[in-house]
Amino acid sequence: MTGGRALRGGVLLAVGACLVVPILAGLVTTGRAAFGVLPAIGAVDAGLDPWRALIAQPGFASSLRLTLVTGFAATALSVLLAAAAVAVLHRRVRAEWLAPFLAVPHAALAIGLAFLLAPSGWIARGLAPLLGWSVPPDVATVNDPSGVALILGLMAKEVPFLILMLLAALSQIPARTHIAAARALGYGPGVVWVSVILPQLWPLLRLPVRVVLAFSLSVVDVALILGPLNPPTLAVAVTRWFAAPDAALLLPASAGAILQAAVVAGGIAILWGIEQAAAAAGRLWLRRGGRGRTGEPMVALLAAMAAVLAALSVAALIVLAVWSLAFRWPWPAMLPQGWTLRFWMTPGDWWSAAGQTLAIGGTATIAALILAIAWLEGEDRGGHPRARWGEALIYLPLMLPQVAFLFGLNVELLRLGISPGFWAVVWGHVLFVFPYVMIALSDPWRRLDPGHLRSAAALGAGPMRRLVAIKLPLLLRPILIAAAVGFSVSVALYLPTLFLGGGRIATLTTEAVTLSSGADRRVLGVLATLQAVLPVLAFATAGLVPRLLHRNRLGMTGGIVA
Amino acid sequence: MRASLLALALATLATPAAADWQATLDAARGQTVYWNAWGGDARTNAFIAWVGQETERRHGVRVEHVKLTDTAEAVNRVIAEKAAGRTSGGTVDLIWINGPNFLTMKQAGLLHGPFVADLPNAQYLDLSAGSAATTDFTVPTDGLESPWRLAKFVFVHDSARVPEPPLQLAAFPDWAAANPGRMTHPAVSNFMGATFLKQALVELSPDPAALQSAPTDATFASQTAALWDWYDRLRPNLWRQGTTFPENESIQFQLMNDGEVDIAMAFDPAAPAALIEQGLLPDSARVFVPEAGSIGNISFVAIPFNAAHREGAEVVANFLLDPETQARQQDITVLGSFSVLDPARLPETAQAAFAALPAAPALPRLEDLGRTLPEPHPGWMTRIAEEWARRYVK
Repeated sequence: MTGGRALRGGVLLAVGACLVVPILAGLVTTGRAAFGVLPAIGAVDAGLDPWRALIAQPGFASSLRLTLVTGFAATALSVLLAAAAVAVLHRRVRAEWLAPFLAVPHAALAIGLAFLLAPSGWIARGLAPLLGWSVPPDVATVNDPSGVALILGLMAKEVPFLILMLLAALSQIPARTHIAAARALGYGPGVVWVSVILPQLWPLLRLPVRVVLAFSLSVVDVALILGPLNPPTLAVAVTRWFAAPDAALLLPASAGAILQAAVVAGGIAILWGIEQAAAAAGRLWLRRGGRGRTGEPMVALLAAMAAVLAALSVAALIVLAVWSLAFRWPWPAMLPQGWTLRFWMTPGDWWSAAGQTLAIGGTATIAALILAIAWLEGEDRGGHPRARWGEALIYLPLMLPQVAFLFGLNVELLRLGISPGFWAVVWGHVLFVFPYVMIALSDPWRRLDPGHLRSAAALGAGPMRRLVAIKLPLLLRPILIAAAVGFSVSVALYLPTLFLGGGRIATLTTEAVTLSSGADRRVLGVLATLQAVLPVLAFATAGLVPRLLHRNRLGMTGGIVA
Repeated sequence: MRASLLALALATLATPAAADWQATLDAARGQTVYWNAWGGDARTNAFIAWVGQETERRHGVRVEHVKLTDTAEAVNRVIAEKAAGRTSGGTVDLIWINGPNFLTMKQAGLLHGPFVADLPNAQYLDLSAGSAATTDFTVPTDGLESPWRLAKFVFVHDSARVPEPPLQLAAFPDWAAANPGRMTHPAVSNFMGATFLKQALVELSPDPAALQSAPTDATFASQTAALWDWYDRLRPNLWRQGTTFPENESIQFQLMNDGEVDIAMAFDPAAPAALIEQGLLPDSARVFVPEAGSIGNISFVAIPFNAAHREGAEVVANFLLDPETQARQQDITVLGSFSVLDPARLPETAQAAFAALPAAPALPRLEDLGRTLPEPHPGWMTRIAEEWARRYVK
């Protein structure tokens, strides 16, 4: 067991020194600025002035309210739609089909959705001849003051993520047996899901849902493209203050960043309360013993909404691809007036960005995967389940709003004399890729049948042999899916690339976000299409490799019907 | 051998300034200049890439375009570096800058220079005191930034839908009332949106001379009262009833191309012609200028105090002022941005190059652009943006 202890210690040290300490240092620097101490701009007197300045910002209260409403609504609806979709479709849905939705970066999908939903968008253009619109109607269907488009845009990314998490969790329980038994007792197929399957899945889903909530409450890019802008959500407002030419705004911006962190922490606490209440209410409902046939239409409706959302997302991706081939595309034409390949034929614009994206994503994913496997193996050898604080360490980067620590982190790195560049960016990506890899891999890893390992041990296989010969091959599929998830996370990262690359590392995402502040949807279409293609290839590989390697071993496909 | 070559080189150089420039060229050779510039316009990006190719070919200076969504990103980076004690070897070599960002950097002592007068091509600029090339929003540039492209506030209309646009700012509320939802302006947090209000301020203010110095509470109240009155009449008939605004000028052009609005605005008179050429505006888009004239200024480049490749940055700044570069920049098929050079100082060959540039129906002639109104002191823009937010962001 000493080997196990050394491994655990090493992994803990690596995670602590390389991931947690820098984040906390960044957070502390931001926190000090929030209370008036930022020597960089000559601010040395601690006090509450930054908070007063924050509250005095025009529209502050509206921003906060918008953040809470859109964050909670997007999370709640995403969970409902994902659960309903899996309930209705789980035997027919393949993880690979989710790849395009998971892979396409938030910003790109949001831009596609904006063009679809806008009063001059594809949907309105389809309606224009029927309704006789000579000009687009003057209604806010994107950037609407209540944030409906933002909620929709968040759901378009979160529902597929939660479906993937549900499918991964589903492979860990004997769902088919349970469903068959419950159906035989007369329960409706949707309600079986809600009452029998979902409660078993929830413990595996709890963290992904918290991550989705934290993300929804602090997202910047989607909120900029689809959300209300006058005032915007808190995260967008904070990012704007950080970027304002007036350096004095750095202090209230820091206070806003700390408030953003508090909002996320409070949101997770509320979620925990809802969980407890739902568990109590659920038990009550089960004891009453209804067969729940009346609930069926609700499940079907939610599943249908998920299907509409999927259709919108597909159309958003298609519209991006069409834009990349358009020359002129005026209202109210359904298709471009002129087509051109010129935006694809000038690889100067995208070739090096695609290469950087691939190099950074690949390196960060491999590093995160090695770290994750070492962590999980360390837990196995130590024979300990994961402590709560261990869990907290892993998810820290996902629960904290990026803007809360990236500003401080950048100041700290410069103070240490660490130059921004490729390796700083790779490291920054590992901060975010590692937690997602852990989320995707932990549960399949823990649910591995210990019988195989006991048999191997009985046959004389040591810990290393058991890892290499039993665990890794059996877990090949979840490992590859985890890698694909990690890679797509890396491809979509914007703020860490910008901050830690000193603005010099240009990935497909930084290029796309930069261009999204311009008028040219066509170059943007090229970059967004490429952004989607790289991770889709990663997911396709994750699906294909185990099927090829294990084509004669049905039991090794991880229980997910392929 | 080397000494004699040096002597020969020195002998061929006419003035000490030229010798200094040769030293700059020598030091610059092999440097990579990190030029931080807004990256939202593909044609500007392509132009910057071309500049890099040329400076590398001619002087061995590479240019790496650091694409910004907002100039303040680069300013903040320099501030952070100064805070971290990095007084040399900084990551920003050249910034496309003006207005409040320039004022911030100048006041904080974050700029290298004065350097403009040392650039050989500065001979083509009008550098007399108070000229457009030496003032940035009424703030003297003191040689700390070098001009590269001309900006002048203009409106753009879709002439197919709006053959006769309003020619006074005072007439805008009536036009909007007759055409509700058909015009907007970029968000006031954006440079362009604030400029729209500033143009209205210059036209509506009872005493425009008061705008040349920093606002006090008293002058701000007296000079802007008519502006807010005007805006209160205009806003309810803007696009989306004035509840939301496009993020910047480019997004506003996208709205025009999508048919959502009929009037837009630009700080580059050649922008509509360039955008038509690119397929990003209807062929019927045209420029119009308020009868009273419009605000004009110049875009500059500046070098941070701690730039790692200062000499290279100076070489690039000088190359931008080359008459050949400026003529190429003004070419509507390349960038279509007006030259900052003083035509009176150009040799005849260079003047001919400008005269030979292609024309386009949407491209105004210089004389169509009317009078250039002076920019108010930057304090006005900051306070107008704050006051606007206080009034209309709830």
